[in-house]
Amino acid sequence: MGAVPGFKISAPRLAAGTASAAAALAGVAVTAGSRARRKAPAGRPLMGPSARFTTPLLPDDYLQLINPLWSARELRGRVERVEPETDDAATVVIRPGWGWSYTYQPGQYVGIGVSIDGRWHWRSYSLTSPPKRVQKHIAITVKAMPEGFLSGHLVRGLAPGTIVRLALPQGEFVLPNPPPGKMLFLTAGSGITPVIAMLRTLDRRATMPDVVLVHSAPHEGAVLFRKELHGFAEAHERFALVERHTSRDGRLNFADLETLCPDWRDRQVWACGPEKLLNDAESHWKQAGLSGVLHLERFGATFTSGGEGGHVRYAVSGKEVDIDGATTLLEAGEKEGIQMPFGCRMGICHTCTVRMVSGAVRDLRSGEETSGENTNIQTCVTAAAGDCVLEV
Amino acid sequence: MAVSDVKEYAHLTQAQVEQLGREFDAIRKEIEDSLGEDDAAYIRKMITLQRRLAVAARVTLFASAFPPAWLAGTAMLGVAKILENIEIGHNVMHGQWDWMNDPEIHSTTWEWDTIQPADQWRHSHNYIHHTFTNVLGRDNDVGYGILRVTRDQQWRPAHIGNPVWNLLLATLFQWGVGLHDLDIEAIRTGRKDMGELRRQLKQLGRKVRKQAGKDYLLFPLLTGPFFMTTLTANMTANLMRNLWAYLVIFVDHFPDGVTYFTEEELENETQGEWYLRQILGSANFRARKLTHVMAGYLSYQVEHHLYPDLPSRRYPQIARKTKALCEEYKIPYILGGLPGHYWQTFRTICKMSAPNGKLWNKDIPPVDPERSQRHVREMANAA
Repeated sequence: MGAVPGFKISAPRLAAGTASAAAALAGVAVTAGSRARRKAPAGRPLMGPSARFTTPLLPDDYLQLINPLWSARELRGRVERVEPETDDAATVVIRPGWGWSYTYQPGQYVGIGVSIDGRWHWRSYSLTSPPKRVQKHIAITVKAMPEGFLSGHLVRGLAPGTIVRLALPQGEFVLPNPPPGKMLFLTAGSGITPVIAMLRTLDRRATMPDVVLVHSAPHEGAVLFRKELHGFAEAHERFALVERHTSRDGRLNFADLETLCPDWRDRQVWACGPEKLLNDAESHWKQAGLSGVLHLERFGATFTSGGEGGHVRYAVSGKEVDIDGATTLLEAGEKEGIQMPFGCRMGICHTCTVRMVSGAVRDLRSGEETSGENTNIQTCVTAAAGDCVLEV
Repeated sequence: MAVSDVKEYAHLTQAQVEQLGREFDAIRKEIEDSLGEDDAAYIRKMITLQRRLAVAARVTLFASAFPPAWLAGTAMLGVAKILENIEIGHNVMHGQWDWMNDPEIHSTTWEWDTIQPADQWRHSHNYIHHTFTNVLGRDNDVGYGILRVTRDQQWRPAHIGNPVWNLLLATLFQWGVGLHDLDIEAIRTGRKDMGELRRQLKQLGRKVRKQAGKDYLLFPLLTGPFFMTTLTANMTANLMRNLWAYLVIFVDHFPDGVTYFTEEELENETQGEWYLRQILGSANFRARKLTHVMAGYLSYQVEHHLYPDLPSRRYPQIARKTKALCEEYKIPYILGGLPGHYWQTFRTICKMSAPNGKLWNKDIPPVDPERSQRHVREMANAA
């Protein structure tokens, strides 16, 4: 798992082996030779000694005064441009700063933090740019949701030059290497975003296997990457595109798969889209006894279990409250007026992590219980499983 | 005499105190709801300014053998250290900027440029001092374990040295603060847990090595032949900060009229009574904007104690409301000049070196005539 925008201060967080970051420092801040560059895991050889001078801060805290990207303390990036895709979607191209790792896998998502009215807000988006050996930018494609306050800002309100925070890419919904011989992608709406990264990778490497993409969108104008997808269909004879417009065709009926993709039983499947699509796909493949070939990407956490509830003490703010097993520790804290750190609110970005001094909590996604002393917990996806004390 | 019931002391009924509590809660809500980009930009700008100033100072001191450079470098470094210490460090660690959800400007992660580890500061200051403000025996900031600042503190022979300890504390303030969370009083009376003391000393030792190493060894070494002049510059900058921080803190809590409390006050204390105790236990001083910034707006000590976790730059705005409320409820609101308040503080420190009623500590504490009159009137009414 990659680094996350957690609250660490003691050590400079630099992903081991990030040659680009090491090179950036070697080229700019210190005059280290090629030897230092080759020894990338050691990263920045002068970091330790120079931190003796900048203590209690890090050299990065001063270097970022010159260039905001010259800090690996918190991963960050600069918005280079925002390219409109459809009426309500845009691709945000970002140049990451020090500490970033380009060794991500197509299909992974990235946490992005944006400051709006002085507050940092976090969401996660699939990377739509394919990983390349030489790369200076990454891209995410965002669809403005009607109720989505941050997505709307990303699509319409983000000026080039804006500094955003980043969390290293993560996620298991990825293109295997080498890819399987026969693949089926089932996507709807912005669910195409992790898949486009996979398709771009296959296209670029010219290793496109037998692929069927069944993609749904309300109408033609709302189909993300429409031109590019049709281009793939023309360029690769083994790539078949099934474009469906739900305002005309209605939602995908899984019985239709027999005609849309008769050999669906022989394919590894990646599905991404609204909750309904994913749930239907899950039961469809389960019925066929083929659950093992289905890969799902859910945007948003699904809480399947509850905690026991308990008496929670927020030690720093001195507030205490009895909460039930369904309320997250984050929500409960916010309701008490505590300035809880928060991020994606779906257990992805770890911004909300705080120290549990003692007690037990339950992860509402997996049902897993965490107990003990001085353990870090993600407040946005955990509820009390008995009494607990949090350091916030 | 120390107060055992703040509402009785302020001649307020329970209902009035609770109403007052709601008024103060409403001010907090109003400020919290209005926090936004301007506030965030302010602290970011302040941090940037401070870091640039620190860099400029360190660079200037490469010429520290040249007196004007020594002077300029020292002055810049001193100012940078003061800003870092109060307006930035102290206030960030109070959680004044936690609402920004920025992990780089957050109370849980901030470490400051002084020998006391941030962890220990948050305990001794944020928790002990700001919760038990001016409660004798609970708030170690009343005299910092070595000074006698009120008649309510029991006199010990060591207090004869009060003015001397005061001078030492002022010049070595960061070291005094550094030892503060160890709780000298608890060590003296044998209440301190030795395991905890060892852990704290280890943590403190690490921080001291880093801090002293930077200012008294590494930076002087870096300037090569000018080792000595850079060393004296760094020492002077730290002294500047020591004196200024000492001054601000002392005039905030020890001028005439500041009230102390006994532990009885803490029993079943309501939020309204807590607010009231914070007001009576703090003193504001008048200043120009620049001085307010250098003092981290602790010149608005009443407001800082009412709302230690609201951004400092809002204290002037809050003060207009709190002052009006204090007038309405006839609550003393101490506001004076910086020199006057320091003179009162110094006079008290000198006077308290003698036992009550002895030597130069004979006069009876002044009593607010209006207050006592009202008291007499109410007693008569009650009878």
